[in-house]
Amino acid sequence: MAEPLLSVRDLVVEFPTRRGVLRALDKVSFDIAEGEVLGMVGESGAGKSLTGAAIIGLLEPPGRVASGEIWLRGERIDNLPREKMRRIRGRRIGMVFQDPLTSLNPLYTVAQQLIETIRTHMDVSDSEARKRAVALLDRVGIPAAARRIDDYPHHFSGGMRQRVVIALALAAEPELVIADEPTTALDVSVQAQIIDVLKEICAERGASVMLITHDMGVIAETADRVAVLYAGRLAEIGPVRDVIQAAEHPYTSGLMGSIPTLTQTADRLTQIPGSMPRLNAIPQGCPFNPRCPHVFDRCRVERPELIARPAGRQVACWLYDKEAQNV
Amino acid sequence: MSDVLLSVEGLTRRFDVSKPWLNRVIERDERQFLTANADVSFEIRKGETFALVGESGSGKSTIAKMIVGLLEPSEGQIRFDGDVMDFNSGAAMRRLRRRFQMIFQDPFASLNPRWRVGDIIAEPIRTFDLMKGAAIRNEVGRLLDLVGLSATDAEKFPHEFSGGQRQRIAIARALSSRPEFIVCDEPTSALDVSVQAQILNLMRDLQDEFGLTYLLISHDLSVVRHMANRIGVLYLGRLVEVADAKRLFLDPQHPYTRMLLDAVPDLALSGRRRTPVTGEIPNPINPPPGCAFHPRCPHVMPICKQVIPPPIETATGRAACYLLAPTPA
Amino acid sequence: MADFAPADRPNFLARAWDSDIAWSFRHSPLAIVAALVSVLIILAAVLAPWIAPHDPFNPASLNLMDGFTPPMEPNQFTGNLYWLGTDNQGRDVFSTILYGARISLFVGFMAVLFAMVLGITLGLIAGYRGGWIDALLMRVADVQLTFPAILLALLIFGIARGFIPPAMRDAMAIWVLIVAIGLSEWVNYARVVRGATMVEKNKEYVQAARVIGVHPVRILARHILPNVMGPVLVIATIGLALAIIAEATLSFLGVGVPPTQPSLGTLIRIGQGFLFSGEWWILLFPSITLLALALSVNLLGDWLRDALNPRLR
Repeated sequence: MAEPLLSVRDLVVEFPTRRGVLRALDKVSFDIAEGEVLGMVGESGAGKSLTGAAIIGLLEPPGRVASGEIWLRGERIDNLPREKMRRIRGRRIGMVFQDPLTSLNPLYTVAQQLIETIRTHMDVSDSEARKRAVALLDRVGIPAAARRIDDYPHHFSGGMRQRVVIALALAAEPELVIADEPTTALDVSVQAQIIDVLKEICAERGASVMLITHDMGVIAETADRVAVLYAGRLAEIGPVRDVIQAAEHPYTSGLMGSIPTLTQTADRLTQIPGSMPRLNAIPQGCPFNPRCPHVFDRCRVERPELIARPAGRQVACWLYDKEAQNV
Repeated sequence: MSDVLLSVEGLTRRFDVSKPWLNRVIERDERQFLTANADVSFEIRKGETFALVGESGSGKSTIAKMIVGLLEPSEGQIRFDGDVMDFNSGAAMRRLRRRFQMIFQDPFASLNPRWRVGDIIAEPIRTFDLMKGAAIRNEVGRLLDLVGLSATDAEKFPHEFSGGQRQRIAIARALSSRPEFIVCDEPTSALDVSVQAQILNLMRDLQDEFGLTYLLISHDLSVVRHMANRIGVLYLGRLVEVADAKRLFLDPQHPYTRMLLDAVPDLALSGRRRTPVTGEIPNPINPPPGCAFHPRCPHVMPICKQVIPPPIETATGRAACYLLAPTPA
Repeated sequence: MADFAPADRPNFLARAWDSDIAWSFRHSPLAIVAALVSVLIILAAVLAPWIAPHDPFNPASLNLMDGFTPPMEPNQFTGNLYWLGTDNQGRDVFSTILYGARISLFVGFMAVLFAMVLGITLGLIAGYRGGWIDALLMRVADVQLTFPAILLALLIFGIARGFIPPAMRDAMAIWVLIVAIGLSEWVNYARVVRGATMVEKNKEYVQAARVIGVHPVRILARHILPNVMGPVLVIATIGLALAIIAEATLSFLGVGVPPTQPSLGTLIRIGQGFLFSGEWWILLFPSITLLALALSVNLLGDWLRDALNPRLR
């Protein structure tokens, strides 16, 4: 198999607090292949945004990568000096955040910001950069791009702003785009447009995408593979269709059952009892064990690692441990 | 019809969004108004869940606020069980107030962080003077039990609970004055899906147990589909379609409803081909003339750009669109 | 409302010790030192009648022969020893400082209390009601802010004295001073409370109370007030330091408390007359006390502000 574009190995992110060190991510490992869209889902506090922040080296202090490795195309990037990391951000990894206003500087026009990004990372002239910027805006679906490029961010509507952010993220032709809840702040009718643009333009340019969201619907429509996080650990990872239609981890299947859909007819939704533990109260063994309908003794003491399953799936659940089944 | 619990007629709300007086004088600006709702009429029957869906700027929360008296309508009236609601009349309103309650969107903001949970839940009981002393304590315990928490939780503060648990507390508070009607303003949009399912199920169970009537405000069509008997679709402050819930999803009448349904991500991966959604919601301060949806509508006709379409009876309810008129005017 | 407080909760001290504020305090050496200094001065002032070696305001116990005794040196005529020396009338400087700090602190606390009550009330009303009441109050506040506080206090002080019969002036002086300083400081409280109220009133817990028809006064008192008190405590602490300095300034200018009840400011005014004739201690020790008090209270306020600000944690 070809070398993955991004490889995260046993990533541990910790937050030292006065009441002890909180482990927000615990041995998270996954790969993103060239040109692939990996969805990262989980409830709030599961650690999905932290994973993205850790990869681009933008963890908010006091959070820190305590151990583990992050490789971008064979180059280790989790221990790079700040200056080198800054050059990778933007140039090789583009970012799209939930709130377009945080990624656009309100004091500069869209043109200034795009051209600056292009010229920081690529060796082109000012007029060439402008030409590229207009083309990019046009590509993300901004009408009359050549004229609107000189507007300030506040002149754009929410959806248009998010298009500008996508253009900005892709300006330096990065290999990987990390999109953290890119549509959460938008209306449903705009959300679909943004997802389409993001997906198409990344496919066109061969950029891989790590799509972080809590919305399974968005993942289903966009991602090739999906990773499910629970309490800072990977519960399951696999091709999106398999995971959605036949989830293996009890948490994932509970999650899928709890989403109301436009086609379902049942009167009651499947519900998972309780809620995700806080970081300071993660139970021993499998973090999902107190809520799990299939829990058995081993789950309460021993933590399940990711177990390889057919069709490139992996699941962290003792139900799928072959050795145990043979006993 | 006698089983109507709440009816809304011609409800309109304008917000004054003008600049301060001095700026207007200096800059020679006119007064500006934002019409959050225009001429909204609907009825909610006893025991049903009526849902209002819409995107931002549709004015759905404004309607909720007018119904519970947090905002005064600019025009139109609201009738509760036959009585016109007049929030400026003290005594009559006091009796009416006990009969409706509201559940808010953000369980982190809807509970006073400095109050104990027991006091939060007991506030309606104390305000309406429904009970005294130890009886309040017992009632709060019973309510906590009812929403799936424990009576000892009354001693704790809100920050000791998760989002879902807080929303349960908010529901217990809403139930404590034994209301008949509860306005639920995006009750689960701040919650994670697995918790959302718990809360939606709880709301259902409580409705069955106490015969509650709900007005559900939501932007999430799947939630609305799951909960509602009838649905009103709002676009830029106007009701574009009201229909029976099941039939709305099978047979949407208004082009906007259809577009909205098409925009919902398809979790079933059925591969259905969807009409791509186009355009964005216009600025409500300066809405398009005629039908507000016409700039995005695939079936736009000349008249749509001039005259606001009146509601027309349809097979599933009513909708405001010229396409549905027997002979296009 | 204490209905729902648990019967077996850990005692108050244990809970206070475990709180975030206490933790932050224990980890801030500067705050600890500032608190120690403040508490020491406040205790000494409160206990002045019991711990002061002399009663400096009892003419019977004064001996003019003791005048100008330098610190830690026996008086050349009487042989009496005073730690911090004496002034021209033979008053023990240490004792006058204790009594002076008592006056300064009393005026400071009362002025802050007055400003706080006034500012919070007006701030709550302006923030909650909005509209013309808000506009009016805030314009008044704006106008007041364009004057230096001390100038305003002088003005109020002057006007008030004009209305008080001369016979009562000395007795009323301290209260006039309190009102003058309080009136010049209320704006800070009103502005902060107004801002916080405007944020809180749109929160859903306030709306929930409005839906059930809770009376606005009760909403302000029980719901909003407890949630805006954090920043108010910060300003109150810093405001105490400001009020003490304002009192000292007014007394130094000779318009503050009467000389029969000297505050730290009065002592400094008296002391500066002797600086060039060599009796430095009469000025120096009251000044150090004022400085230590104002500085430590101010540092406490700074620490409190940081400790209550979640973003700086």
